[in-house]
Amino acid sequence: MGFFFHTGRYFMMLKSVFAKPEKHRIYLRQLFYEIENLGVNSVGIVVIISLFMGGIMTIQFAYSLANPLYPKALVGLGTRDTLLLEFSSTILALIMAGKIGSNITSEIGTMRVTEQIDSLEIMGINSASYLILPKIIAVVFIFPFLYILSAFFGILGGLLTGPIAGVITIPEYIEGIKWLFVPYYITFSIIKSLFFGFLVATVPSYFGYYVQGGALEVGKASTKAVVNTNILILFFDLVLTRLLLT
Amino acid sequence: MIEVKNIYKSFDGKDVLKNISIRFEKGKTNLIIGRSGSGKTVLLKSILGLFDVDSGEIWYDDRNFLTMDQKRRKQMRQEIGMVFQGGALFDSSTVEGNIRFPLDMFTRMTAKEKETRVAFCLNHVNIEKRAFKLFPSEISGGMQKRVAIARAIALNPKYLFCDEPNSGLDPETATVIDELIQNLTHEFQMTTIINTHDMNSVIEIGELVLFISKGEKAWVGTNKEILHSSNQTLNDFIFANKLYAQMRRDVEEG
Ligand SMILES: Nc1ncnc2c1ncn2[C@@H]1O[C@H](COP(=O)(O)OP(=O)(O)OP(=O)(O)O)[C@@H](O)[C@H]1O
Ligand SMILES: [Mg+2]
Repeated sequence: MGFFFHTGRYFMMLKSVFAKPEKHRIYLRQLFYEIENLGVNSVGIVVIISLFMGGIMTIQFAYSLANPLYPKALVGLGTRDTLLLEFSSTILALIMAGKIGSNITSEIGTMRVTEQIDSLEIMGINSASYLILPKIIAVVFIFPFLYILSAFFGILGGLLTGPIAGVITIPEYIEGIKWLFVPYYITFSIIKSLFFGFLVATVPSYFGYYVQGGALEVGKASTKAVVNTNILILFFDLVLTRLLLT
Repeated sequence: MIEVKNIYKSFDGKDVLKNISIRFEKGKTNLIIGRSGSGKTVLLKSILGLFDVDSGEIWYDDRNFLTMDQKRRKQMRQEIGMVFQGGALFDSSTVEGNIRFPLDMFTRMTAKEKETRVAFCLNHVNIEKRAFKLFPSEISGGMQKRVAIARAIALNPKYLFCDEPNSGLDPETATVIDELIQNLTHEFQMTTIINTHDMNSVIEIGELVLFISKGEKAWVGTNKEILHSSNQTLNDFIFANKLYAQMRRDVEEG
């Protein structure tokens, strides 16, 4: 029951989000603001997490592939493919749902409970479109870049950590990175990250836009938004992997 | 002039407004008073179209608001200014930015003209120049209300709505806000509707007062008449405040 209600209302919201914008110039201004707020400000955390995870993966692959029968280069290959296929798209999206998603819900939710949204409506502004559309475009636009950034720094993390930990040499690692490279993995993941970006922008917007009550409810809505976004990301990951990779 | 005729509004089968009819006059401060939960905010938001009423008519001068199409309604919204209970300023822009926002959205003014208009509106509510660049979180509650009023009048509205404009303010600041709204109403000949449960406001600026009780129109009159009414529900409401009970006794004793 609740599921159908929310799904229905979510699509109703999207319908007004994609109505014709009032003033393009102001939307453009909002868009640049959101790209900076949601995208550029996420670069730091993406770089740090990816460096660490790349390093950790490399050490773990080296550990589990310690058998001398396996070529060392498998470590580089494993790190690369894990990053390209799953980590830099899906896991990164889960992390971004926590960072960007809760930010979106609390921003829009606060505007709702302090009547700022009513205030926009009174002025005759389509509040859903004005507030949410720039966020959707911004997040969908930046997600593929964050994916590439994450994959790059993840691989770099392995390159830096592997030799320091003494589990692999730089030439072995680089050989592994080039070995059996499938460019389609990148296409596949970029398609996924476009979907995930859409979810990370719209689901938290939905939870913020329809919040009722006060500051406490805004906090609860943020938590719900992150949990639901995560579940949807995993669900779409499953569906897209089945559709595009088999 | 705004006129509502026989409006009904319920939430989930619970009647909140029952058969309200009233004519709010142009160039006057029209007050809606009543106990907490009596339906003041719902009435205001229904007139504004933020809630859909179940039945009845709403007229903005000679325009029937409920039968208008969405496009006309949107255009009409630009003739409406609204001051929300908490101010509802946009936190992410400065004082100046808040006033400029409706101008950006709805006018073709040049940057220079906008600047002049912003200054004009803020001067009218006695906000000093040095506060223009501050954010709403950096100014006091009374100032926020004044900025909210300035934003509401930015597009030169014909109709001004205020939901408890002086709640949460000290009596002196509350009086300042009331007078400000009244002066603006007279100066720009707006039809102003104000929700309040502050008896001071009623006495000060109640040029027309609608008293609602449990969603029904219980009394209509002016601030001059209100202290002499024989309506029991109204008297219970007004004279809950001992000071006004004393005033009434004084009046009766001459
Ligand atoms: N969105 C809503 N959904 C359901 N019921 C509502 C809604 N808004 C208001 N009500 C109900 O309508 C009644 C009137 O509420 P309203 O907010 O108009 O009171 P009020 O006179 O403005 O009170 P206050 O002086 O406290 O602001 C209340 O019983 C309230 O519970
Ligand atoms: Mg109210």
